[in-house]
Amino acid sequence: MHFSNLFHQFGELTVTGLAQGAIIALFALGYTLVYGVLRLINFAHSEVFTVGAFTAVIVWGGFGLNQDSPTPGLGGFVGYLLIGLVAAMAASAVTALVIELVAYRPLRRRNAPPLAFLITAIGASIAISEFVGVLTHRNNKGVPRLIKQEEVFPFLDGKVTDLQIFIVVVALVMMVGLDLFINRTRLGRGIRAVSQNPDSAALMGVNKNRVISLVFLLGGLMAGVAAIMYLLKIGNVRYDNGLYLGVEAFAAAVLGGIGNLRGALLGGIVLGLFENYVAGLFATNWHSVGAFVLLVALLMFRPTGLLGESLGRARA
Amino acid sequence: MSEPHVESTEWEDEMARQRVDEPIRTTIGEPHEEASADARPDRPTAGAPLLEVDDVTLRFGGVVALDGVSFTIGEGEIFGLIGPNGAGKTTCFNAMTGIYRPTSGEIRFGGQRVTGLRKHEITCMGVARTFQNIRLFPEMTALENVMVGADAHHRSSVLSALFRLPRYRREEAEGREKSLRLLEFVGIRHRAGHVARNLSYGEQRRLEIARALATDPKLLCLDEPAAGFNPAEKEELLQLIRDIRDTGVTVLLIEHDMRLVMGVTDRIVVLEFGKKIAEGTPAEVRDDPKVIAAYLGVPADAA
Amino acid sequence: MTTTADTPSKPQKAAPPQGKRGGGLRGRLDNLPTPARWALIVLVLAVAYLLPYAGDVPIIGPQVVTQGIDWPTALFNISYYVLLALGLNVVVGFAGLLDLGYVGFYAVGAYTVALLASGDSSFGTKWVWLATIPVAIAIAMLSGLILGWPTLRLRGDYLAIVTLGFAEIIRITADNTPHFLRGDQGFAGIPHPPGKHADGTPIFGVRDATPYFWLGVTVIIIVVLALRNLERSRVGRSWLAIREDEEAAEVMGVRTIKYKLWAFAIGACVGGLGGVLFAGENGFVNSAMFQLQLSILVLAAVVMGGSGNMAGAILGGALISYIPDRLRGTKILGTDAYEYRYLIFGVIIILIMIFRPQGLIPSRRRALELKDRAKEVAPQ
Repeated sequence: MHFSNLFHQFGELTVTGLAQGAIIALFALGYTLVYGVLRLINFAHSEVFTVGAFTAVIVWGGFGLNQDSPTPGLGGFVGYLLIGLVAAMAASAVTALVIELVAYRPLRRRNAPPLAFLITAIGASIAISEFVGVLTHRNNKGVPRLIKQEEVFPFLDGKVTDLQIFIVVVALVMMVGLDLFINRTRLGRGIRAVSQNPDSAALMGVNKNRVISLVFLLGGLMAGVAAIMYLLKIGNVRYDNGLYLGVEAFAAAVLGGIGNLRGALLGGIVLGLFENYVAGLFATNWHSVGAFVLLVALLMFRPTGLLGESLGRARA
Repeated sequence: MSEPHVESTEWEDEMARQRVDEPIRTTIGEPHEEASADARPDRPTAGAPLLEVDDVTLRFGGVVALDGVSFTIGEGEIFGLIGPNGAGKTTCFNAMTGIYRPTSGEIRFGGQRVTGLRKHEITCMGVARTFQNIRLFPEMTALENVMVGADAHHRSSVLSALFRLPRYRREEAEGREKSLRLLEFVGIRHRAGHVARNLSYGEQRRLEIARALATDPKLLCLDEPAAGFNPAEKEELLQLIRDIRDTGVTVLLIEHDMRLVMGVTDRIVVLEFGKKIAEGTPAEVRDDPKVIAAYLGVPADAA
Repeated sequence: MTTTADTPSKPQKAAPPQGKRGGGLRGRLDNLPTPARWALIVLVLAVAYLLPYAGDVPIIGPQVVTQGIDWPTALFNISYYVLLALGLNVVVGFAGLLDLGYVGFYAVGAYTVALLASGDSSFGTKWVWLATIPVAIAIAMLSGLILGWPTLRLRGDYLAIVTLGFAEIIRITADNTPHFLRGDQGFAGIPHPPGKHADGTPIFGVRDATPYFWLGVTVIIIVVLALRNLERSRVGRSWLAIREDEEAAEVMGVRTIKYKLWAFAIGACVGGLGGVLFAGENGFVNSAMFQLQLSILVLAAVVMGGSGNMAGAILGGALISYIPDRLRGTKILGTDAYEYRYLIFGVIIILIMIFRPQGLIPSRRRALELKDRAKEVAPQ
């Protein structure tokens, strides 16, 4: 254990943890949204992220950008970022919808037991990630450096970079937007209705299949944003990155209280921070061990996570 | 260790009903307005006290579901617990069988405290129950359902099951024999090999009773066993309840149908809004003005 | 329910009791007359033991055997996957506890053997393979209890992520303890099972995996017999009751925590045994062998085969090992299908679940249910 490490790098670890937590939180939203409505772990959500990330890499590649390209100016950054975001969000959303259509809807029609859904999701996850793996020859794909990562202001022992601020702000904006959408719009009301009581919602004329598609779509959009943030932060991506990041995102969703939107945010941030502190205290490789230990310890005292379940009560 | 989320839906229903029925009562310290019911000298019970509910209060958040309820069930009785919807009957049941833990007060069974014991420990002491909304093990056969109950008193270990040791084989044979006998007793032996989910509604109710009886209870608690029955089926059920009592089992009956309760019970406690408002023989309770008021529009002797 | 709801059931019109069909836990086999049953069992076992020679069967044989990997090794792989599926089936199928980190127990079994028997181990004990088995099983069961104790109060999906975390913790620990579990470098020189041919060459050598497969089949048979005893007993009934309605089970006197812990411990024991076998055959163990994907594959095997049903678990376990191995060395559009093996496999999983949501061999009670329904409709 390196307590001195933890103390000397506390600021650094905190800032990195926040940025990482923001990405995890965006990713976690997909699990939470689907769980809130279907009470299912959407195991294939990790691949929604993967497809989004690789689509952005390919699209940027189409503009002649690769990991060796020079960092563009502000205009270039905004332009390429928007292009990447649109591509990733669209690809992720389409992937999520396809997964819903292929892996979930046929089973719903057949009234399959809950475990069957998990297994088709696993099948879809394997198939998609292998497809990407084969296409990319299982190599790391580098990403153009769109932003320089310069220090904006110092924080304790470390510094806060423009990218970190950007990631946290984008994540917060997406979160607030999603929260407003769920709580203030007619479509959002449908989601809340189905998540609270699917049967009576159906009786009240809510089209359950449409709500489910919508939830997958929203989760996909968020995962697309998470993918872009991840690319900006990490700088490269591999076909199986999504799986492991997905496990962390799922853990974050559970930590905050699965099915609860604000729980996903809180869970993501807490997990990101804790992982980084553990990494500082021991070694980088142990960070996810820390995450799981935290998860177990927390669930023993709060069996339904920090904020409890339920999409419907997200306002409370 | 109590799991706070357990049974939440059932409880929420109860709470919702109470909200509709009456503004929430706040404290337990209030003097009992209905003290007269308590003050009345206790009727001689049929036998030694078997179950004593002693000043039990149960609160969920701000809602008082049971408010200082006391009564005693004597050995060998058929005891009725009645009251309008949301009066706290099922809550009372759940407190007795360890699903809820009373906020204050104590429940004793055969002189021993049961509050705070785990559910299976209470069962092994001799309290068995059925559920208002049938809760069988739907994918298991009728026989297996009853055998789960019979296993409550079995001692054979996992290892003796693994190696099929003599003790395990003896208990298994006894359990099967006993379970078939009980299925015969409740009249569904011919359905022994069918999975519970495929039994008719009436058969499922009977199967629940057989499963509860298999745990060798001294006290059998039936939660609205006649719900959804037609008059002929109710008559059969009454006979079954009397038969159960005749085997020496004390019966506690929660019921909505006044006629059924009046016809079969020895003594009755009436709950309203979580408080006891009357106690006595069916005849006494029927004439009690408070009870009549509580059941306004439902005359106690409705035929 | 609707078919009989309007006809009140009376004991008088009882059909003859069907005590023989009673247990319901018994496999279809039990409905056959005894001699036929035994003949069938012997036949199945004979076929199982003769599988290494499947390539010699005319016409079908060459289609069945693997091409990119030698057939006995593929068969041995099948045997430990089947063991894993059988063990996980206890946890997921019988007791209904979702375990996404089952590979953790497999790793515990394999690493215990490696630590006690390999020359690379910092313990330096260098035990023979056989001697490590009881220790490996005991430690695997212990790890099951350690995982189960704090987590069994959690509901299904929470349990899933915690178990997944457990397996990841073991893998990451292995990855990051270069002296203790030796990460990627791993343990080499793990001794093989004992025994020599008359000419002095070892039975369990490195050239031919057939004896290992036979050993695997034998272990599977023992495990199946043991699990069958448990399944039919109060233990199996308690597991099913917990799976169906945990609270009702406890109210009926089932000690739910105890039986859930037993399910974890027994599942862990079988998983550990799989690890022991694997270490004994492979002779080498490193952290790359216990990836998250393996847990997920085994879970897919259990559910695909038919959760709660041992025949299903065996079939599922065999398929998840066989399909990718069979694709190895075959050509699809001119490229080796091995590259696409998991892609194809993922699609197969989806198709199987869509067309058979209850699994390939649905648990017997499902079948029974259908029969019941047919019967109820017929006489009325």
